[in-house]
Amino acid sequence: MLNFVYENLYKTLEFFLPDSFLIKEIIFVFSGLIIAFIIINAVLVGVLLLIWGERRLLGRFQQRSGPNRWGPRGLLVSTADAIKVMFKEDIVPEEADKYIFNLAPLLLLIPVFIIFSVIPFAVGLYAVNINVSLLFILAVTSISGLSIICAAWASANRIAIFSALRSVAMLISYEIPVGLSLVGILLITESMSVLDIVSYQKIPFIIIQPVAAFVFFLGSLAEINRTPFDLTEAESELAAGYQNDYSGMKWGLFYLGEFAAAIATASVFTTLFLGGPNGPVLPSIVWFTVKVVLVLFMIIWIRATWPRFRIDQVLNLAWKGLFELTLINIVVTSIVVIIWPEGSDNRLIYITIANWIFVVPFIFIVAKVLKTSDYKVTNFNNQNYPVGSAKPKFEKEGS
Amino acid sequence: MIGFGLIKGLLVTLRNLFGPIFTVQYPDKRAGIFEYAKFRNKSISRIFLDERKNFFLAILNYVKIPVRNEQFSRFRGNEFVWYDDRCTACASCAKYCPLGIIEIETHPGGENLQAGENYEIDKFSIDTGRCMFCGLCVEACPYDALHMGTDFEKGTYIRDDLVLDKETLISQKKNPSSWFRPQFESSEYDPWKESLPDSKKAGRHEKPTDEDIKRNWVNKRSKSE
Amino acid sequence: MAIRSEPITINLGPQHPSTHGVFRMRVTFDGETIIDVEPIFGYLHRGSEKLAEERTYTQVVTLTDRMDYVSSMLNNQGYILAVEKLCDINPKPRGVWLRMIASELQRIASHLVAIGFLIQDLGAWGTPLTYAMREREKILQMFEMLCGARITNSYLRPGGVFMDAPSVFWDVLDSFIASFPKSIDELEKLITSNEIIFSRTKGVAVLSSKDAIDASITGPILRSTGVDWDLRKRDSYDYYDDVEFDIPIHEAGDNYARYLLRVQEIRESLKIVEQCKKNIQPGLVRPHHDEVPDLLKPPSGDCYVAIEGSKGELGFYLVSDGSIAPYRWHVRSSSLINLTLLKDMLVGTLFGDLFVTFGSIDINMGEVDR
Repeated sequence: MLNFVYENLYKTLEFFLPDSFLIKEIIFVFSGLIIAFIIINAVLVGVLLLIWGERRLLGRFQQRSGPNRWGPRGLLVSTADAIKVMFKEDIVPEEADKYIFNLAPLLLLIPVFIIFSVIPFAVGLYAVNINVSLLFILAVTSISGLSIICAAWASANRIAIFSALRSVAMLISYEIPVGLSLVGILLITESMSVLDIVSYQKIPFIIIQPVAAFVFFLGSLAEINRTPFDLTEAESELAAGYQNDYSGMKWGLFYLGEFAAAIATASVFTTLFLGGPNGPVLPSIVWFTVKVVLVLFMIIWIRATWPRFRIDQVLNLAWKGLFELTLINIVVTSIVVIIWPEGSDNRLIYITIANWIFVVPFIFIVAKVLKTSDYKVTNFNNQNYPVGSAKPKFEKEGS
Repeated sequence: MIGFGLIKGLLVTLRNLFGPIFTVQYPDKRAGIFEYAKFRNKSISRIFLDERKNFFLAILNYVKIPVRNEQFSRFRGNEFVWYDDRCTACASCAKYCPLGIIEIETHPGGENLQAGENYEIDKFSIDTGRCMFCGLCVEACPYDALHMGTDFEKGTYIRDDLVLDKETLISQKKNPSSWFRPQFESSEYDPWKESLPDSKKAGRHEKPTDEDIKRNWVNKRSKSE
Repeated sequence: MAIRSEPITINLGPQHPSTHGVFRMRVTFDGETIIDVEPIFGYLHRGSEKLAEERTYTQVVTLTDRMDYVSSMLNNQGYILAVEKLCDINPKPRGVWLRMIASELQRIASHLVAIGFLIQDLGAWGTPLTYAMREREKILQMFEMLCGARITNSYLRPGGVFMDAPSVFWDVLDSFIASFPKSIDELEKLITSNEIIFSRTKGVAVLSSKDAIDASITGPILRSTGVDWDLRKRDSYDYYDDVEFDIPIHEAGDNYARYLLRVQEIRESLKIVEQCKKNIQPGLVRPHHDEVPDLLKPPSGDCYVAIEGSKGELGFYLVSDGSIAPYRWHVRSSSLINLTLLKDMLVGTLFGDLFVTFGSIDINMGEVDR
């Protein structure tokens, strides 16, 4: 899309412009800005719709009506929220580290928008084609952890620090299974470009690589801090977590960033596992949208139903559950790929059957194993700690 | 412990996604075209012909329908109903009030020393701003002069406006609640539909005889059996 | 340089989304592990006990409503029983049956609130809470039919209830009894077998029966540790002898047992309501003013009456000096006493368990501070 816009723009403007130094480069940058403008606005509209949809759906799941006042069926509620947030007073705590405090929301928001640059929204509709775009996506998504720890540290709030530490622990843990779950796809497609992966998916990868899809979905839920892994802003424990001291539009940017991240994750999942814009009859951009909406519905449905895990359970799940599953998936997939190399007949069908037989049962085995490693209550001896005492107020008999 | 419980929970919420809504929008709600037609008691084509603007608003789910919250007649409402011709200024209500917010001032009245004509009321005011609507004053009134009201939207900007003085109590709309007034319930009076400006219509609360209790005992379950 | 770690103290509350009111805890953490909890309360103190000393015995009923505002019928019942014992009033049978129906419905409502907010504290975004509130709403509507108010009922009077139930009430009660088991089944399907709730509540904040008895903890928490103690059976009041019901007991003493016990108690309460409805006979609901005057003047003396409230033993101690107002009124509020072992239950658990345990104790700040 970038090259297309650039060429057309250059052709149109060639007649008017003097043939001077750097003119081509200026037009190139300008066309990049146009594309960025389009993508960012599309994502922002998507976020507004997602906020409305989430609140509406959660309402219906809970047998309430959800927002239904402002606009037809409450469609403008997120717009009203955005306007309200913009005009709210912006409070910066006195002890806050001002520069980092202000930088943190941007750090969360920018990487999310960057992800959209490599995602094909329709057949042939993408901003840029990087040959290692899969790696690019993985690299860019991990920046959000930095933003959260910046926000927490800068606001000098203990609850925020708790939240940031949880977030970083989760990010580090879940990067690994998420990254490894994509290795199976790389082995089959032999390419790191998202475009190649999309064009390869005559059968969506969720059928060929079910366990990888499962792990990737759970891992990305953890990375965008959604239920059941929303420990970062666990409302019943940490109030609002790292956003505790933010107000006004800075808080709005965090909110925006989180919902944009949900859309980004859904888009990446669609692209990698659901066949992206591929589909019969309907235009490809419609297929892409439908699939993204389905993934988002799944995320909201889970949020409406499940409680959240505890931090040790979350980390156990990552290291003792999902990590093993991805390793098994890699082993099985690589053996299968060696047996049926590229070009052999019915390759994908065999790979699919092998994956379902040899990898999927491990989900249940790992679930059983995880159950035995339940968290146990320990009687904590706190003699080394100066603060308070852990001894019960009611003296037990014989003690 | 494999995840079937989680999936069962997902199915429960999915079923409720298509279920009815149990919350009530108050004081009005946005209605679609079908709901609006039902509210106006007209067919959809009739609405299209008569009220073009509302028709299009209703298609956008943008037309308002007032919602009245259904309260039971025993509801202890905000404004009090006071029949001044019945009041003998005995001040039982003022003595019974746990908060002491009923204020009564009297001076000796006419010659007739019968109950009710002995004193004349100078001041009778209830500070509803401090009232907790326990209804003990109504229970205390021996002459059925004071009743609880049924209304509830009485917010004001000035705190003194919440004090119901004698003039307000006489002039305001009288929809007495049936709290501690069984005569309303036996006559099936609905305070939400009609008001009782005259004290004679309100009736008196007599001590029920044993026959009355058996006759008026309103358990439909036993009737059917 | 070696890695150095030090405990961190966080002040949770009084303004915190899940402290169930204005409770405050000063919690010391080592990483995510709790090593010290210091509960601080008194932010909702209104001096109810002192206020009662200058109010008549009937007027104090309105104060009991405002103590534990999610189970005001039970508070009314406990207080009225104390007054009846003090003044030696013989209550009318129909009034007693009616107040048993009301208080068991209130117990259901209170337990629904407890379950709903426990799951809310676990992080389920409001869904089980709204399902629980949906059922509670039906109960509150029935209360409005009975006494014209939903929360601050003031329905009970010495000798019975203030007014007979209207005819509509019985129809609504019938439909409620018919529909409620289905709703509670739905709630259980959503919660009871959920693996995340298993793993988060089983074996967490375990309380032994000995500790619980030593700290005089009562109610669902005591029964969840395996002690068969329910005042409705042990020290029967009203007509609880004449109805048949079971008392669910659990051995585990953890958060999950406390949750499950409440669900089972809801079912038992429904059984009691059903039997009350069957046993109720026509008659007066309260003695006439000639028998029991509105302005009670009990002989000087004192009495203590305890009932099985929704949160534990709810005791009322009344001292009379022969005047129209109590000389001293003391409430043994189960919420406050159940909080005493909070620290023992929490030390050694993680941050995530803190509010779950807190929710499973099911306190009400109005009752803690009074």
